[in-house]
Amino acid sequence: MKRQSRFIVSVLAFGYAFLYIPLVLVVLYSFNDSRIATVWGGFSTRWYGELLRNEQILDAAFLSLRIALTSATIATIFGTMAGIALARFRRFKGRTLFSGMITSPMVMPEVITGLSLLLLFVSLQQLTGWPAQRGFGTITIAHTTFAMAYVAIIVQSRLMSMDESLEEAAMDLGGHPLRVMFDITLPLIAPAMVAGWLLAFTLSLDDLVIASFVSGPGSNTLPMYIFSKVKLGVSPDINALATLIILIVSGGVLLSWLVARRRT
Amino acid sequence: MKDFIRIRGVSKHFGDFAAVDSVDLTIEKGELFSILGGSGCGKTTLLRMLAGFETPTSGTIEIDGVDVTNQPPYERHVNMMFQSYAVFPHMSVENNIAYGLRKERTPGKEIARRVDEMLELVQLGDFRSRKPDQLSGGQRQRVALARALIKQPKVLLLDEPLAALDKKLRERTQFELMNIQDELGVTFVVVTHDQEEAMTLSSRMAVMDNGRFQQVGTPKEIYEFPANRFVAEFIGTINTFKGRVAAVAEDGIKVYSTEAGVTLTALGKQLVEEGQEIEVAVRPEKIFVSKEKPDDDDDVCIEGVVDDLGYLGNRSLYRIRLESGKIVQVSSQNRRRSVTRFLEWEDKVWISWRALSAVVLLD
Repeated sequence: MKRQSRFIVSVLAFGYAFLYIPLVLVVLYSFNDSRIATVWGGFSTRWYGELLRNEQILDAAFLSLRIALTSATIATIFGTMAGIALARFRRFKGRTLFSGMITSPMVMPEVITGLSLLLLFVSLQQLTGWPAQRGFGTITIAHTTFAMAYVAIIVQSRLMSMDESLEEAAMDLGGHPLRVMFDITLPLIAPAMVAGWLLAFTLSLDDLVIASFVSGPGSNTLPMYIFSKVKLGVSPDINALATLIILIVSGGVLLSWLVARRRT
Repeated sequence: MKDFIRIRGVSKHFGDFAAVDSVDLTIEKGELFSILGGSGCGKTTLLRMLAGFETPTSGTIEIDGVDVTNQPPYERHVNMMFQSYAVFPHMSVENNIAYGLRKERTPGKEIARRVDEMLELVQLGDFRSRKPDQLSGGQRQRVALARALIKQPKVLLLDEPLAALDKKLRERTQFELMNIQDELGVTFVVVTHDQEEAMTLSSRMAVMDNGRFQQVGTPKEIYEFPANRFVAEFIGTINTFKGRVAAVAEDGIKVYSTEAGVTLTALGKQLVEEGQEIEVAVRPEKIFVSKEKPDDDDDVCIEGVVDDLGYLGNRSLYRIRLESGKIVQVSSQNRRRSVTRFLEWEDKVWISWRALSAVVLLD
């Protein structure tokens, strides 16, 4: 009994170590004074100062944030609509096709999604003149398309577990279907929408492959910038940047957890 | 006013399956009408058509002289109490109850007054600002009831109103529902699978099976004169004797039954012919058990032995084996307190019943 529990604890410890030691190392080395990122040279916060002076990084980070905010918001709106259609409109023509096509961006290799979108944007430009240049707009559209799928799935599963007679009761009491949607359905699926939004936001912030395909010259997202820098060798200010991102993400996770706890 | 709700030839098909199969029914104003049936018999579909959640495949539904067959639920003066209660979890008790009036754009003062009235009616005044998850099942049910009644509907539909409550609470709520119905004079249509619930609640009821009404009538009519075998067996227990019609007389149908070993007399509105194979049915509580042969000649008397017995506190159940091997169930009230048993296994006994307690059953 005791031996078994010790085994379980050590497996758990190993698992956590595997997940978190790399992150801890990144945080530690962000305070490294040495110019060589992998050699410890004493404590310093100089890389944070350097980071703030590096306009390329700041531009990339700002672009990434703008794209993530916009695409997550649009994806949440469309994804919620798709989720509601899938969960509440039981019988309509092409339902199976629709449900399959909603989820396909989740399983489609990113390279293919990126390539196909690039082809689309290029031919659109030749036909209509839009988009004149690839950058914020095209990346946002690309991120919206695949993030929507995740939101739709989350919202759909939340609706599936929700008692349908709640909406029927509201209609029975004189609520028109659209009002019922705002009075009952949306407030009750709000946690799912928040979760979907957060997921869409992180997916967009994280994406390298699709963004590389559909971005144009001069518009680098943060992952694209980091990736291109790392190819030339890890510079310490990247560690500082990574630490800041870890801080923001943990803050976001904590916040959404608090929101979810307050609601239930 | 007569014929408040008029259902004419209503059917509902789901694909090839007929959930409700050309049903005709009229319900009067102020009635407490129950639709009783097992699961999948179509009773809930019928209720949902009255509420407007399903549109009949054919037929018409009229409420208070208005054809509502194709009216959406939010335009009907009909409200429903759902089986799951469907109390809005993100709203307080007060806001749940006020929801219907808010959708009607009733002035705020009027809403406040009527919400107070409703809270008093269902005795939830102290809980007005609570959220549903802070309420017990019984309290949630009251919220659902108040919420449905506040719009003063012409008809209140109740889907298995008592199914989710425990036994003690169910009995109390049953009478409360009846009192509220009496007080407000609203027409209630209740759907239930519980025959006892239907019997105590309703002024009239319908027994449903396979999408059709098997019988419509007062609880008494249905219990005492079941129209067919399904109704007889669905409502309570019943003993049946197979037999052949010997004579159709004015005071009843004479049936010779080899199972019973005697000629039985039964009442029946159905038309039967001499020589026809039918069944005669007697309820267990209509039968008396005694050790000596009763001396009333009008009674039906049959000899048998006690096959099995059970003591239920307020009454005892006996299974009496007749000479033909037929087992007859008898239920008798324990009027006198006694520690010793009045009958033992394998005792020789007589069972008897008033000749006209039996009814004719056709399939």
